[in-house]
Amino acid sequence: MHTILNMKVKLKNLSQLEVGQSAVIDSFTDKLMALKLLEMGCTPGEIVKLDRVAPLGDPIAISVSGYMLSLRKDEASTILVSTVKQKI
Amino acid sequence: MEPILSLVNFSEKSTVKIALVGNPNSGKSTLFNALTGLNQRTGNFPGVTVDKKVGTARLNDSVVASFIDLPGTYSLYPKSLDERVAFDVLCNEENEEHPDLTIIVADASNLKRNLFLVSQVIDLKIPVILALNMMDMVEREGDIIDLVRLSERLGVKVVAISARSKQGLDDLKKAILQPLPVPSYDFIDIKKIAPEIIERMKTVVKVKSDFMAFQMANNLEDLNSEFRSKRSDKIHDSLNTLLIDRNKLQAMESVERYKVINRIVEDCITRKSAVQSRSFSHKLDGILTHRIWGYLIFLTILFFIFQTIFFLAAFPMEWIETMFVTLSDWATKTLPPGELSSLLVSGILAGLSGVVVFVPQIALLFAFIAILEDTGYMARVSFIMDKLLRKFGLNGRSVIPLISGVACAVPAIMSARTISNWKERIITIMVTPLMSCSARLPVYTLLISLVIPPDQRLGFFNYQGLILMSLYLIGFIAAIGAALVMKWILSAKEKSYFIMELPVYRTPQWRTVGLTILDKVKMFLWDAGKIIVAISIILWFLSSHAPGNRFEEIEKDYPQKISSQGLSPDQLNSAIASKKLEASYAGILGKAIEPAIRPLGFDWKIGIALVTSFAAREVFVGTMATIYSVGDADNTQSIQDKMRSEINPATGLPKFSMAVGFSLLIFYAFAMQCMSTLAIVYRETKKIKWPLIQFFYMSALAYLASLMVYNLLK
Repeated sequence: MHTILNMKVKLKNLSQLEVGQSAVIDSFTDKLMALKLLEMGCTPGEIVKLDRVAPLGDPIAISVSGYMLSLRKDEASTILVSTVKQKI
Repeated sequence: MEPILSLVNFSEKSTVKIALVGNPNSGKSTLFNALTGLNQRTGNFPGVTVDKKVGTARLNDSVVASFIDLPGTYSLYPKSLDERVAFDVLCNEENEEHPDLTIIVADASNLKRNLFLVSQVIDLKIPVILALNMMDMVEREGDIIDLVRLSERLGVKVVAISARSKQGLDDLKKAILQPLPVPSYDFIDIKKIAPEIIERMKTVVKVKSDFMAFQMANNLEDLNSEFRSKRSDKIHDSLNTLLIDRNKLQAMESVERYKVINRIVEDCITRKSAVQSRSFSHKLDGILTHRIWGYLIFLTILFFIFQTIFFLAAFPMEWIETMFVTLSDWATKTLPPGELSSLLVSGILAGLSGVVVFVPQIALLFAFIAILEDTGYMARVSFIMDKLLRKFGLNGRSVIPLISGVACAVPAIMSARTISNWKERIITIMVTPLMSCSARLPVYTLLISLVIPPDQRLGFFNYQGLILMSLYLIGFIAAIGAALVMKWILSAKEKSYFIMELPVYRTPQWRTVGLTILDKVKMFLWDAGKIIVAISIILWFLSSHAPGNRFEEIEKDYPQKISSQGLSPDQLNSAIASKKLEASYAGILGKAIEPAIRPLGFDWKIGIALVTSFAAREVFVGTMATIYSVGDADNTQSIQDKMRSEINPATGLPKFSMAVGFSLLIFYAFAMQCMSTLAIVYRETKKIKWPLIQFFYMSALAYLASLMVYNLLK
């Protein structure tokens, strides 16, 4: 549980979003994966949107930093997001 | 704005060395092609298998630019082979490719992520121009980028271009010749992140910037080995008392960079509408990655490609064959008979025709692959296939090597480099040669037309085409089967990744496609061609010479032996020719292996071809041509007719029966008969064991499958 402006916000991981849903990147749970994701523009505070899920249920495609990125569900699950918009 | 401390000016020089860097899909190669056109060539960086593209362009009457197109990377962390090359060229002044000027190509319609690499290059403090590509797209979407402000914020010259429509290229050329600022201020203050490391590094290595020192300290193991071996002791000594958490430092650097980038983007871009602009790409994705349509469309495209190649390539191939037949006829008639004319017609010309005849198929295949890559479709295929391929120990990105393997395993295996996971990459490399490459195509074509009459149809489809497609399918099934076995055997070293950009769809560029074709055909003609011609000459020698005076004895004795049978002079000559071939070195070699291959239905003539095609498969056709034309060089009837008319003395039926034909087809589908592939596997894996394992497992598979097929059809 994180506290933002006295509001309790529950963090989800990115793979739990629904198609079309947006969220804000909060943090990462895997150090090495985080390096790769940071390089690709998935930085804390950035808005991500789940664009689509591949036909077999995995991988997924997200919009982030103005482009579309595909990643596997277990990779997406290392990204923690909050669905309430933070003020930057 | 920071004061500009130093300027560089290239207008007085006669040549300027320029490196192009940029993200994958940023249009970097398009710009390279637009600038250099046909004045380019592909080579290798010394010691590594990374493609090195270099080319030249005239900037004005007195200055020529020599460009080097560095591999596309998202960052300067030297983690992968491609990134290591880019990093070394830019940072290591001893590298002979180290440029006078670096042009960073950035996709303006995807500015935020592209600026990441830009910011890293700027922090190296080497002369830089930012070429902001795809500005036409930005304008179409209604966004406005303030170029002046962007240039001020980055401290470098910014030039707007559209490489596809060739807009802004003159501006770019002019900009190169104007005095350029060398970036002087820090994009991010890297000293804040790692003050002590930078301080100590600077005492042992000469670097142009704090960031360069930071990068070297942080990625010591991944630096160019020559560079490292000279300095690593000193660096280790100076850093050894420090506890360095490399991952943490790199993460801090990335976050810091994006903070600055976000401010710059906010400052310099005025967006007309926040979303909805890429709706066309999204709609197309809806169809092309649909759970039914996606796969159907993919299969249809593959089917279309194979049918097209089989039919469309047939015409130019026939012209090429006719041309060589005419040429051989002419040479036979004009040249005085003897060793030289025999070498020219049966050795060199036969070998050359076996090489050149491939060109139409290779050109078409690489054209299709280039189009699929260029449009962005290949990334979608990876996207929809990843989960399926993962079950077999592969990766969605294995699709590119596997499909390219249909053209040629050598570039296909090189393209497996984009797979970051070791196990998935090794498996991809190991199974890719099972995909039927274009070198097998002539073998298939020849054998299929021998055993299947051309006018047979199954409903709407040509029977020959269907058999051909099944062979490709069998190759694919064998590849994923072998992958599955290796998935169980090999142990994983690290986690598997599939973090990949899905680029916006674009129309294919005919220029890029054309240059790719030219590049691949040149590579094939030269690389494969020289082996094939060399082997053709060796083969000509082996089949037209014999130990001792065997030939003389045949010529002396034979006419008497069979004169009682009342043969015509033609029949007699042909009988002598065949007897001579049997007596030659090649015949001896073929006969030596005959016991091993007889269970597969092969005789010693096929044996000779199998031996020679262990250098390269396509040699089979050339070998057959040589074997069947040696001895009666003035009869240049096409090789196919000759093979078809050969009678098996044991049965009195055509020798190339259904059983022999299919047994050979399967053998060629599976066997590892390509020296170039084995060489590239060694270079890519750096271990001799992988090409060896590959050679033995594929040969065993080929032998067993062939044995089964022959005995089932016999």
